[in-house]
Amino acid sequence: MSVKNDFVKFDKVDKSYDGKILVVKDLQLDIAEGEFVTMLGPSGSGKTTCLMMLAGFETPTNGEIYLDGNAISSIPPHKRGIGMVFQNYALFPHMTVYENLAFPLRVRKIPKNEADKKIDKALSMVSLQGFAQRMPGQLSGGQQQRVAVARSLVFDPQLVLMDEPLGALDKNLRESMQYEIKHIHESIGVTVVYVTHDQSEALTMSNRIAVFNDGKVQQLSSPDELYEKPVNSFVAEFIGENNTFEGEVLEISGEKCKIKLSSAEILANPISVKEKGERTTVSIRPERALINPTDKMDNMHNGKIEEVIYHGDHTRVRINLLGNSEFILKVPNSSSNLDIKLGNEIKIGWNSDDARALDPK
Amino acid sequence: MSSENKQILTTDGTPLEVSLKKAEKKNKIKAFLLVAPLLLFIIITYVFPIGEMLMRSVDDKMVTEMLPKTYKSMEKWDGKELPPEEVFEAFYIDFQKLIEEEREGKLSTQLNYTKNGFKSIIKKLRRKSKSFEEGNYKEQIMAVHRRWADVEYWRAIKRRAPAYTYQKYLKGMDMYENEKGEIVNVSEDRRVHRILWLRTLEIAFFVTVFCFLMAYPIAHLLATLPMKYSNLLMICVLLPFWTSLLVRTASWMILLQQQGIVNDFFVTIGLVTDDNRVEMMYNKTGSYVAMTQILLPFMVLPLYSVMKTISPSLMRAGKSLGGTPFVAFWKVYFPLTIPGIGAGCLLVFILAIGYYITPALVGGASGTLISNQIAFHMKSTLDWSFASAMGLMLLSGVLVIYWLYNKLVGIDNIKLG
Repeated sequence: MSVKNDFVKFDKVDKSYDGKILVVKDLQLDIAEGEFVTMLGPSGSGKTTCLMMLAGFETPTNGEIYLDGNAISSIPPHKRGIGMVFQNYALFPHMTVYENLAFPLRVRKIPKNEADKKIDKALSMVSLQGFAQRMPGQLSGGQQQRVAVARSLVFDPQLVLMDEPLGALDKNLRESMQYEIKHIHESIGVTVVYVTHDQSEALTMSNRIAVFNDGKVQQLSSPDELYEKPVNSFVAEFIGENNTFEGEVLEISGEKCKIKLSSAEILANPISVKEKGERTTVSIRPERALINPTDKMDNMHNGKIEEVIYHGDHTRVRINLLGNSEFILKVPNSSSNLDIKLGNEIKIGWNSDDARALDPK
Repeated sequence: MSSENKQILTTDGTPLEVSLKKAEKKNKIKAFLLVAPLLLFIIITYVFPIGEMLMRSVDDKMVTEMLPKTYKSMEKWDGKELPPEEVFEAFYIDFQKLIEEEREGKLSTQLNYTKNGFKSIIKKLRRKSKSFEEGNYKEQIMAVHRRWADVEYWRAIKRRAPAYTYQKYLKGMDMYENEKGEIVNVSEDRRVHRILWLRTLEIAFFVTVFCFLMAYPIAHLLATLPMKYSNLLMICVLLPFWTSLLVRTASWMILLQQQGIVNDFFVTIGLVTDDNRVEMMYNKTGSYVAMTQILLPFMVLPLYSVMKTISPSLMRAGKSLGGTPFVAFWKVYFPLTIPGIGAGCLLVFILAIGYYITPALVGGASGTLISNQIAFHMKSTLDWSFASAMGLMLLSGVLVIYWLYNKLVGIDNIKLG
């Protein structure tokens, strides 16, 4: 069985609610079978709208969505056979856990003994055996969430949509649920489209992440690539921490370019700059810049420590560097021999490869 | 022993429990004083009148008090044949006293309720008794009118001996206790109350059904529309509340009468001919239409408050799991609105069952309810004890319905908001 690379396909999809503003613009997105794709973005970026169009609760204003090669825009939600986990679980409060799980099986007229087997399997998948006769109101938030996941999977859909399912849980529970959902995905191989605004959740769980902003996919790539190689300054800013320098391209030659800042010049990796004289934002991840580097690095500058914040496993140091007083460094606690004291002048270095010259802000 | 040892003391040596009670007592008194005015108000305006009503409906002391000696002497009389001389003598003494106090007219009215024919013979007795001689009252009284020699009439007097009676309740159900003490139905042409009870139940039931059918979609719309439209719609629903009940009923009269707007419209569109206008008022139709409209908000509001709390994602979940829109509605949405349906139906039904002004104005002869009959006896016949009895029957009917509802649905399931 060959894996389809365009199991779900958004083809030039536009969506507008009021006929004036496009909340989704010209969306082009392919999701492969068995993939875990996260739609990540700030609120109002159009990610939930995309999910709702896929589920069938909204219709695209323009363009078409394909599921397994079939156009689905005119198919009502109940005929799409897509499992969905809602933000507030949306468990039926008047039904027991068993009845909640039996609902999708009953409407499909699956015989009772077969349905019972499926329900048992789904409940054991989320380790909730023995909870079948409880009412949702008697369960904790995490347990309700598991029931919701089990319910979305019990009828063996090929595609499951999850709309910020962990938003209402506390931090520890959220993290453990992230792993649990990921394991379930891996063990049954279902295609998952997941919506969240929590970047760490997206990075932990996904095969690929689509970063949404302003109705458009800014970047669609694997978590590591998204973090290491953001293609524009929005993605660089939105995912993880980021130090930036505003400047102008002085020289550009292959893999390197020289950027003129207000008070100095730095070397950077030209990603979205092509010509001399272009404005640019240079992005450097905090952990890529080192204090007193021993290796030879092609950017070496002096900065003054403005603030030191102890974080347990690491220390965050805010430095005034080349006119940017918000330059953050993360120093592992093992490197205690470094002379990090408020007001000290220190030497900071990074490789030009890690300084990505992106579009101006 | 061990528990005594464990007793916790406060710093000044009193046991903790004692000082806690002392501290809480003050708060309890304060709380009671706060609710005391309301409690008093409820007792005076609610508990007391209902108690008074109950007393009035079974009270039959009047005759008992008017003929004290007679009833005392009747105790030994078995009622099979004419009573002995001493009963007649006692009756004569009681009667003379009533004449002095000019209360013999009341006695005749009261006794006439029990048996027809007392009025004239008491009048006659009053006239003749002036010339009675001492002794042998039995002969003298029996000579006044042959009915005084009829044992049936003496039995009728004896029947009024108890100070309390359930006769009014029997009358409310078109029954009475005959001479032999059996409870029997009144003759068919005189049965008015049973028809009224049944009609009251029927109208209340259908008004509830109509209200439910109309209110459900409105409440759903109210709960799902965006705020700015739902507020406007809410005002439309509540507007009738801000208008006097009388005005609303009167406006229905304008609409529904034979020369009214609705009939004019029917004639204009050719639904009916001009000389064949539909009778929509002074019959059941009038009661149905006007009561449904007036009671509609009482159904809409509980339904709305329940629907408001149902997350729209539940319907979506139902659909995404494969339920058709109808299945999602029927299996998911509808069961969740049952508390609101229960509250609304109970509210409307109970209000409808005791409705008075509207059926009185637009109901005509065939659309009036039991409450109109109660009002009739309060105002026209002045038979307050009968009106009280029917009022209590209505109240107990409502309580039975409430009890039934609790058994079937559970009162905890009610949600008014």
